[in-house]
This record gives sequence, structure tokens and C-alpha cells, in this order.
Amino acid sequence: MIECKTSKAISGMGHSMKRKEDGRFLHGQGNYVDDIKLPDMLYMDIVRSPYAYAKIKNIDSTAALAIPGVLAVITGKDLEQYNLHWMPTLMSDTQMVLPTDTVMYQAQEVCAVIATSRYAARDGREAVKVSYEVMKPVIDPYKAMDASAPVLRTDKEGKKDNHIWHWEAGQKERTEKIFAEAEVVVKEQMHIPRIHVSSIETCGCVADYHKVNNQLNMYMTTQAPHAIRTVIALVAGHVGLTEEKIRVISPDIGGGFGGKVPVYPGYVIAIAASFLIGQPVKWIEDRSENLQADSFARDYHITAEMAGTKDGKILATRFKILADHGYTDASANPSKFPTGMFSIGTGSYDYDTSFMECDAVYTNKPPGGVAYRCSFRVTEAVHAIERITDRFSLEIGKDPADVRMQNFIKKEDFPWKSPMGWEYDSGDYHAGLKLAMDTVDYWGLRKKQAEMRKEGKLMGIGISTFTEIVGAGPSKDFDILGIKMFDSAEIRVHPTGKAIARFGTKSQGQGHETTYAQIIAEVLGIPAENIQVEEGDTDTAPYGLGTYASRSTPTAGAAAAVAARKLKDKARKIAAYLLEVSEEDLEWEPGKFFVKGAPEKVKTIQEIVFASYTNFPQGMEAGFEATHYYDPPNLTFPSGAYICVVEVDKETGAIDVKRFVAIDDCGNIINPMIVQGQVHGGLTQGIAPAMYEELIYDEDGNILNGTLMDYLVPTAVESPSWETGHTVTPSPHHPIGAKGVGESPTVGAPPAIANAIVDALSPYGITHMEIPITPFKVWKALKEKGVV
Amino acid sequence: MIPAPFDYESPTTLEEAFGLLDRYGDEAKILSGGHSLIPMMKLRFASPEVLIDINNIPGLSHITKDGNTMKIGALVRESEIEHAKELIAHFPIFADVTKLIADPSVRNRGTIGGNLAHGDAANDHPAVMLALRANIVISGKDGNRTVPIDEFFHGFYMTEVQANEILTEIQIPIHGKGTGSAYHKMERKVGDYATAGVAVQLTLDANGTVTYVGIGLTNLSPVPMRAERSEAALLGKKLTDEVIAEAAKCASEDCSPSDDLRGSEEYKRHLVGVLLKRMIHKAAERAMA
Repeated sequence: MIECKTSKAISGMGHSMKRKEDGRFLHGQGNYVDDIKLPDMLYMDIVRSPYAYAKIKNIDSTAALAIPGVLAVITGKDLEQYNLHWMPTLMSDTQMVLPTDTVMYQAQEVCAVIATSRYAARDGREAVKVSYEVMKPVIDPYKAMDASAPVLRTDKEGKKDNHIWHWEAGQKERTEKIFAEAEVVVKEQMHIPRIHVSSIETCGCVADYHKVNNQLNMYMTTQAPHAIRTVIALVAGHVGLTEEKIRVISPDIGGGFGGKVPVYPGYVIAIAASFLIGQPVKWIEDRSENLQADSFARDYHITAEMAGTKDGKILATRFKILADHGYTDASANPSKFPTGMFSIGTGSYDYDTSFMECDAVYTNKPPGGVAYRCSFRVTEAVHAIERITDRFSLEIGKDPADVRMQNFIKKEDFPWKSPMGWEYDSGDYHAGLKLAMDTVDYWGLRKKQAEMRKEGKLMGIGISTFTEIVGAGPSKDFDILGIKMFDSAEIRVHPTGKAIARFGTKSQGQGHETTYAQIIAEVLGIPAENIQVEEGDTDTAPYGLGTYASRSTPTAGAAAAVAARKLKDKARKIAAYLLEVSEEDLEWEPGKFFVKGAPEKVKTIQEIVFASYTNFPQGMEAGFEATHYYDPPNLTFPSGAYICVVEVDKETGAIDVKRFVAIDDCGNIINPMIVQGQVHGGLTQGIAPAMYEELIYDEDGNILNGTLMDYLVPTAVESPSWETGHTVTPSPHHPIGAKGVGESPTVGAPPAIANAIVDALSPYGITHMEIPITPFKVWKALKEKGVV
Repeated sequence: MIPAPFDYESPTTLEEAFGLLDRYGDEAKILSGGHSLIPMMKLRFASPEVLIDINNIPGLSHITKDGNTMKIGALVRESEIEHAKELIAHFPIFADVTKLIADPSVRNRGTIGGNLAHGDAANDHPAVMLALRANIVISGKDGNRTVPIDEFFHGFYMTEVQANEILTEIQIPIHGKGTGSAYHKMERKVGDYATAGVAVQLTLDANGTVTYVGIGLTNLSPVPMRAERSEAALLGKKLTDEVIAEAAKCASEDCSPSDDLRGSEEYKRHLVGVLLKRMIHKAAERAMA
């Protein structure tokens, strides 16, 4: 049970308050970007390349322009005149907005059709004739690293290969020594597949440029409106669009998951079109474009190794990664972390030696990779450590639960310094796993498994005990394009005691309008119901870096608490003045100050706020407003213990997930219902790469599953009945002890599922399966072992 | 959904529909549930100039028993079949198959007539109808003609229904006591086409001898396929493990699946055998119940 300090009427932290935003969503009154309709608005559609690598010989727009309603076809050559044909990525790489001569991946933007209706724009798109000279693409990232591979980024002067960057961290020599001397060494090759966020709402925008005022209003699906405003100013400043003339409005968003952090070419083309034509231009991707062209996630090829003793002590790990970034490095990592937070990959275990390295390469595939519901490559890291820990357990013949219990960092050893230099803030890993094991009846299941194996039936149990690293981040290390990764809150309380609070973040379904209100309610005692939360308009909200990487609660949530505390300090002063006592004589209970020992002498927060406008002490600033920009002192480290139970049909390879227990520890919980909802959704997105999703390309760079017919996003039917629970280990450095939870399930679930399936197949000598693990792959593996 | 431009007609009688078909010929497509046609139009794989919506034509939405025949109107929705008690009492295979057709929202629109007239071996009803030896009623301005299901499918998206005709009814013979039917498909997720699917109907006499058997296969050949050698392996025999294994082997050999993202040809040949065994057992259990 979560303990609540406030009444249900106030609904501060710990209350399962119903989501304030749901009323409008359930009544169909959400306001998404495609709902925005402006006078004289035009529509844009984009012609895309059918080839992965080709020279553009000619673009013939004649037939398109003959279609009634089609006004213009914009090409790279047109944008080149304004120097708008290239743009920077968030990783300081470069990306074409529209090509002037070469296309680098299938579905790349080739040119844009502007028309008076969406239908005319699409008809125009179909009528544009582009002739190409097709070239042989480089698709396999390993082959891209060959000395003989053609150099793809010839636009970069002096570029002689397809290598983007090398990253390494840890203790190389010490790791080698431990590996050379260790009793047990295990190694597996793992591919974390290229996947796509596939949010229900695709990307889009309405670019609305006013020539007379030189003002751009940009309505767009972005998780980071302020950062986008700055990026637009950097890209388009030279044509006179400076930052004070740009207003980015991010309306309701139907799922982001990291896919709405980058700037896509379509946004820039729409701005250019509105700038050139002087009318608003709407661009909304269709489902296939979204899937085929927008930034992918993951695509890490990892060689994972673990060294340890025969009795189960982990001594060292080693990870070597090849990162396929496609045509350009369009990741959305903090600048100093090209592999994101991969270095959390030493896991939840107490050992002091690890070495990790990564090489990034260009291929003729769409650019990426964004952090899909993941704090920058944590999903890849957790899969590697949790799979290799199971592999190690299998090798030494010890139960994977026992190996984990044996190696966990102990509760009393926090804060704990990882071999990679992170300071884990808090955790109680033993308690989490124990609760998960008790919930699922772990040892009972192991007995049942042994019995089933005697009957030739395949049952598997898989564990994942992960540590997350979220809340980017402290300004000394964390920035995007130089902007430090703080976040902000501004609270204005009106004379009648009701408030509006604005934030630099942007909810895409996380429930900020409810949880931020609850944080403020917790501190000030104003009912959460009376606190209006607003985000997404750069003209009104304080500057912030946006919502991704589970950072909203750790950063903006903290800012809300600190700003509210500033107001509480002011409230105390006013209460003392009104009650004619000193501040020290006052005591607080949620929603009111009263005089110690005389509870009848009381001022409610509403009375105090009213006084701040009507009757405040001489010399005090009027009003009841506060702003805070929160720079976190450290990241937060949520953790979880997940156990998955599967049965595998030997004859068909079909996998049936029988149980899935998820125990999360996200520190103090703001709204248990919202956390549970986050975990349910995240687990479903965790089962996705484990069993269903992967973007697949043939050797010519054609995507083989470019629609949702073949790109298999799991639905309610594929989801097992999730069994969720929690332990609570507050973050010691966060103002309200919260850690963030959005990504934990997505990060933690895949290895639990993979471990369960491999466990089911392990009696036949199968030690590893590449995700997504499909019935076909299971059957093939069993066939190779002569089982079927 | 942004298809190429098209005209829309909504006749209220079959005669009116035939007139429109005569007028537009190959340029027209008939719209019933639309769940195959509209996705193709969305992707512009299909760009008919005219859609003739037959949903407002009365008399095509019945499920009735007429003597020893079940008659199903072409516009009957999958969700109606899913809950048609009398039909399912005679043919439990319909409870199996409708639950595996896409998802509830698709089943609320998709029609049995459209599922068959699309002529796609990946659809589920063709295999079921092959197993049930259905007869298909095809209507045109000169009247109705009835075609056995074995003569209905001609090729990929090609059926016996001509450009000026409409599939109006499916007629299924009811076999006597001791008959059971079953369907299953392996799919990667809900709404997917089958990796492999098998429909079986059989009749057992008092001694357990197979006196009738029909087997249809889903998505294992370019044209919906009846597993005739498998049927022959079972007919007149008792369902011993050897007999069933022989039928499964025949189906594995006779189907012609291709490699795709669902699996290799070899996997599919293996699967059809496994599924056929299971469906024979399930149909036999139902026959004896």
C-alpha cells in the first residue's frame, strides 16, 4: 500500500487520481496536429525514393502540376537556393532535407507536392516522374566496415570509409587479464533488432509563416518544443527566422516514444513551403511513411562476454558493439554520449571490472537511432547483461535466480559506484527479486518444469533484474546541441487559490496534467483538481528540454516540487503576518498553516493566496507565483525484477507466455494507477522486440515489412495478463524521492522473455536465441538440434 | 486513406447493380465489407474507377436452413457467423474460423461473400468451403447459376464470378450424424494471414470408419487448395495414427507454399502436417460428441 500524506480531496502523491486529461480524450475532444485547420491552409505530400541508393537523373513535375489543386513541386534544387537543403542532426551529423543529386535510403524524401487538398497532394505525388540511376547499396553494417566497401557519405569532404565514430569506456587491460584467468568465460553474439516506435499518431505539422510579421507559428508533433524552436532558429536564422519570431506549439500527442524527438525533413520542407508561398502548409505522414522513413531505434550488434567463477561470482564483463545508424547518425542522445547510457550495462551486480566499445557505421538504411521508450541505449545494455548473466548461469549449472541473488549490489552499499563511473543512487534488488519470485511461486514452477520436461514438454522461466538510468541530466555532463538538460516549472496561483502550472516538458500520454498537479498539491495542499497543467507552447511555457528518456518526473517533476516549496515559504510568511505570530510558531498540515497549540488559529492556503493579492505584508512582492529551473545533481536509477513463464509447442514452435510478473521500483510513486498503466503499456512494447517486431531489409535495401500487415505490433490479443507490483526505494537526491518509470518495462521485459524461451529450449543444447523469437525461429533451432 | 479518385454507386436492387456492372465493366469493383478492397485502394494497388456498394441491396444477409442445406447470404458479416447458433451447431468449424479472421472491428464489417469472391488463397473461408463442399450461387442479369466450390477458384484473385455477376449466396450441404469439422491457422499475430491453415470436415460411421472427408488448406498455394490425396488417405479407413500420418504426409507433399517472412517453405510443409493431424483429431472428437 502506498501511504498518502494528503486527503483524497487534495489528491497529492500516492493517490490513484483519475487522469484529468482523459475527459477530453474520451469525448473525442483531443486537439491533435491533424485537427488544426487554418484559413487558406495548403497540404503537402512527399515523393519518396523506391531505391536505397540511386542518383536522381531527372524530376518531371509536369503531370503533377497539371492536376487541379496542385500548386507546386519543391525539389532539393529549390531549397538549395536558400541553403535549406541540409540540416544538422541532434548528434551534429548532417542530413539532407531534400536531395539535390543522390538518395541514400529507400523511402527518403525526394521532392514535395503542395496542393489545395490532401487528396490533390497525394494524386500529385503519384504523378511526379522521377528517373534514377540505381546503385548497389551497402546494407550489412559489417560489410560497410570492409575496406573495400564503397564510401557512402561522399558529401563529407575527405571521408574515406563508412565509420562514424568509435567509443570505449572501462578498464581494458584489467578486463583482458580477468578474462584470461577466469574459471568460466561465456560469450554470445546478440542483435538488438532495428525497430520502430509506431506510435498511433504519425508525425506531422502545420507550418504557418506570416510574411508581414516575419512570424512562424509551427504546430508540430514534438516531444521537445523548446529545443525544436532553437533548432529551427539555427537552421533558418540565415533567412531571417530568428528565435523570437518562432512559436512552436505541440498540441495533444498520440504517443511519442522517442520517435518525435528528431527534426524530420518533412517539418523543414513544410516550413520552407509556407515561407515561400506565404500560406499555412499542413504535412501529415501516412502510416507507411512513418514506419519506413522516420528514425528507427536499436540496431545494435553486440558481442557480450562474462567472466566469473565456477560457483557463480561475476568478475567482469565485456561488450563490443557495432551500431548501424543508417544514412546518418540521427540519434537523439545527449551530446557527450554517442552510445547513450549503454554503460549502465554492468547491470545490478557487484563487480568492478568491465570494458565496452562501440563502432558506428553508415549504411543505406533510414537514419536513427532514437531512444524508443528508453533512456538512450539502456534497452540494448540491459538485454546484453541480462542475457549473458543467464548464459553464465547455464554454463555453471546454477539457477539464474541464485546467481543474481549472489551477485546483487547490497541495499546497504548504495550509493554505489559502478565500474563505469555512475553513482547508483539507491536500490533494494534482493527485495525486488524475492517479491517477484514469491509472486510467481518460482521454486514451485521449477519443480513443475522438471516434471514437464520428463513428459517432453517445453516450459521455460526467464528472469530480468535490471537497473535503469534515467532523468538526464546533470548539467556538467548532459546537453543536447550545447543546451544543458535541466527542466522547468512555473506555477501561478490565482487570487481564488486555483493555479496554472507550465512546464518545459511535453506529455504524449504520460499523464502530466495529472501527476504534475499531484506534486504541487502534495507541497501546497491546493487540490490537484484545481491545478491546471499546460505544456507545449514555447510562447507561454518556460524553457525545457522536453519529455523522453523517463526524464519528466526526475527533472520537471522536481522543478514543480521546488517551485511549490518556494511558494510554501511565501505562504508561511503571509500566514504569520495574518495570524500575527512568528513563522516559527506555525505548523503545517496539508492545505493550512495553524498556530502551534492553537489549531483554531488557522489560515488555509486559499486564504493565504487571496491575501497575497489583497493583504500582504509591507515590502513583500505581490502575487503568488514561482518558477524553477531544476538541474538534477545526479541521475536516478529505477530498477525492476521481472519473471516470465512460457510454454513452447515443440511441433509448431508456437510460444505461449503463461505468466509475466513485473516488480518495479521507481522510488516514491506519484499516482499508482498511472504507474500501472505505464507498466502495462511498456511491457507490451517490451514483448514487441522480444517476439514480434523487427524492420527487415533485403540486400537491395528494400524494406520487406513496411506496413503494419507485416511489421507486427503486438495488440491486446498478444499481451499476456500482466501481473504488476512494486517495491519502493526512494531516490535520496530527488526532491520527492521519485525516479521515473516510463521506460522500465520496455527495457526490462525483452530479456525476461528471451531468457524464458531459451530456458525452455536449453535441454536441447540451445544457449541463445536472437530476438524477435518467432515460432519459425524456434522450430528451426529445434530442427537444427534434431528435436523435430 | 487517400485513394485515387473514384465514383461511387449504391444500388438498392440486384437488377440495378447488374445494370451498373454492364455499364462500367472492368472499371467497376463491388464493395461489400471492403476489408480487402479498401486497403488495396489505400496503397493504390487497386484504383477502380467506380465502386458499386451492394450493402443497400436487401435479401443478401440471411443464414437459413433449407432441408439439408444451410444457406448463407453474401452480405452476412463475419461477426454474425461467429454468433450464428444453428449454423455453428451443424458446422462448429465456423466458430473456429471466424475467431481467427482479423479482429472484432474487421469482423463487424467483413462479409463471407467478399472473403470468397476476392479469390485469395490467404483468406480463411476458401479452405473452409472446400472442406464443406459448398456450392456458390452466382447471380447475373440472366438469373442465378450454382457452382461447386471445386470449380470456383481459377487463379490468384480470379474466380468463376464474371465482371457482370455478383456472388449472392453460399449453400452448404448438411451431413448426417457423426460429422465434425474444425479449423486452425498459425498466424504471427492477430489479423495476420495464415502461416499455414487447415480446414477439415469428416463423417464417421458407427465403426469409426471415415465415410466422408473434406480438407482445405489456407495460404499454402497460389489458388485455394483442397488436399485431395489426404482425403483419399482417410476415406473408408479408421483414424489410426498411421492413417492420419499418411494424410498429413500427403498434404505436406502436395501443397506449394513459398518462403516468406512467416517462415520457410520447409517449415510450412511441416506445419500443414502438424495442423492437419490436430484438426483431424478435433473434427473426429466433435463427430463422436
